[in-house]
Amino acid sequence: MEVMLSVLVGVLVTAAVYLMLARNVLRFLLGLILISNAANLTIFAAGRLNTSAPPLIPEGAEAPVGFVANALPQALVLTAIVIGFGLFAFALVLVFRAYEALGTLNSDEMRVAEPVEDER
Amino acid sequence: MTWVLALPLIIPFFTAVIAYLAKDSTAGRWWSLLGSILSLFAAFVLMVIVLREGVVAAQMGSWAAPFGITLVADLLSAVMVVITAITGLAVAIYALSDIDVAKERLGYHALFQVLIAGVQGAFLTGDLFNLYVWFEVMLISSFGLLVLGGSRAQIDGGIKYVALNLVSTILFLSGVGLLYGMTGTLNLADLSLAVDEVENTGLLTVVAVMFMIAFGVKAALFPLFFWLPAAYHTPAFSVSAVFAGLLTKVGVYALIRMFTLVFDHDVAFTHEILLWIAALTMVTGVLGAAAQQDFRKILSFHIVSQIGYMILGLALYTPLAIVGAVFYLVHHIVVKANLFLVAGVAERLTGSTDLREIGGLYKSSPLLGTLFLIPAFSLAGFPPLSGFWAKYLLVKASLDIEAWFIAFVALAVGLLTIYSMTKIWGEAFWKPHPAGVEPELRRMDRAAAFPLLLPIALLATLTIIIGLSPEPFVQFAERSAEQLLNPEAYVRAVLGGAP
Repeated sequence: MEVMLSVLVGVLVTAAVYLMLARNVLRFLLGLILISNAANLTIFAAGRLNTSAPPLIPEGAEAPVGFVANALPQALVLTAIVIGFGLFAFALVLVFRAYEALGTLNSDEMRVAEPVEDER
Repeated sequence: MTWVLALPLIIPFFTAVIAYLAKDSTAGRWWSLLGSILSLFAAFVLMVIVLREGVVAAQMGSWAAPFGITLVADLLSAVMVVITAITGLAVAIYALSDIDVAKERLGYHALFQVLIAGVQGAFLTGDLFNLYVWFEVMLISSFGLLVLGGSRAQIDGGIKYVALNLVSTILFLSGVGLLYGMTGTLNLADLSLAVDEVENTGLLTVVAVMFMIAFGVKAALFPLFFWLPAAYHTPAFSVSAVFAGLLTKVGVYALIRMFTLVFDHDVAFTHEILLWIAALTMVTGVLGAAAQQDFRKILSFHIVSQIGYMILGLALYTPLAIVGAVFYLVHHIVVKANLFLVAGVAERLTGSTDLREIGGLYKSSPLLGTLFLIPAFSLAGFPPLSGFWAKYLLVKASLDIEAWFIAFVALAVGLLTIYSMTKIWGEAFWKPHPAGVEPELRRMDRAAAFPLLLPIALLATLTIIIGLSPEPFVQFAERSAEQLLNPEAYVRAVLGGAP
């Protein structure tokens, strides 16, 4: 299972890097979504995947009995997904505003904040 | 104990909520000011307790470490919390006059307080994943502040800032995942013990470098700093002052924390990289500044160059070098935030920050000239201001271990810093205004001028105090460096065990 996840992470990162190298900021953003999911899967796999019992503590006991699955990575991934979703929602709106205000999605043409000296 | 550690976080969050509810009236700004004063008070209380009792820690939700989230304050955390609160208060006063009603309605004060909360959280947390969360809190509120108002330049700078910082975030997150996979813990104190048992040190070094890159983007190290000069000159002056003072320094703090507490297994490799990066950061930053013609752009590039000095202290990794890094960190926040505040007043008086279009400030407003010279000379390292002692410690530390080349770089960069500062002085203050404007402070409405000048004067006074009596500050930095290099007290405070 971990091997499959590693391959999947590899594929996601490859596709993401390809997209992020584009000049179009929207493509960059899509790449970012892919790579952030690759990061989430990395955390998930880092918590060890196996087919043990759910991590439930029986009534009266202090700790789970026997081998149980690791619940922490899921909590981490969930947090990361929620944060990532918020950031991408913001970034998407920013890209849209940039398209409205600057009239382009090409990052090479975004020179308002740092104008080329000769053009002045 | 829990309350003392949590208050620097809770106060700004509460203030943010109230300020947001009051955003349509002018009450929001006064709530923000009140919250900043209370934060400063809470920070001082924390400082006193840390000075008296050493490292203090609290387990949130009463989950014992390493399972729950720990808040922990050693001397470095405590001083960063205090200096953040001071900067926060200075900027909150400045914002009374600098931020217009339109920006207030968009929720400036709420975002500002959330930003402060995020910064304080990053300084106080003792948990790696929690550090990630605080970074995100800081990041999302800084995104909001950066593009608040939505001018074309802000959107343009915002795209670069957002894009590069999100990449760094993802690297950080992947690093957290891999480190957890290797050690099975996320508590920093527990990690510092657990990494000693990792057999595959090669993989550990790879993860260390991932963290170096992730925090390097945040700290604006060479060659990862490009987002900073693209964005920092675009937002309101209050915003760029608080960014310049605090945001990159959180990256530096995270680097210092991680590379003294956790990643000290292969110092010869990791800190050697940091040393080269530090030298390149200093040089590129200062050369970048020399090429600029805008008040704030020059200052932005100088942030990059100054970050190099702090990383230099971390990279040399001797007790004296760490002392220098801690001292530099504190000095730099005060000075750099102040310079951006001065730039704001200069713009208000002359109508621009482009050095070619302004001038005459010294003749018509000598007070502002003086207030600029103090932080500017301190930045360049003139005795007897705070920057002199900071640079002195670092150069002494490099000479002590016979690192001649790096000492030379540090001194040469100091010289070039003077060049940029004299350029600003010559252009903005000395030469007559090209359009013949006489930018007199007196012509500003008194109610508008007072909140602008008060924080500048306060921060300048702080610079002079640190400069004239560096002894207690250096002693403090020495104790702090001792804690950083011998993390037993930190680990014991978090994990318990024999006191």
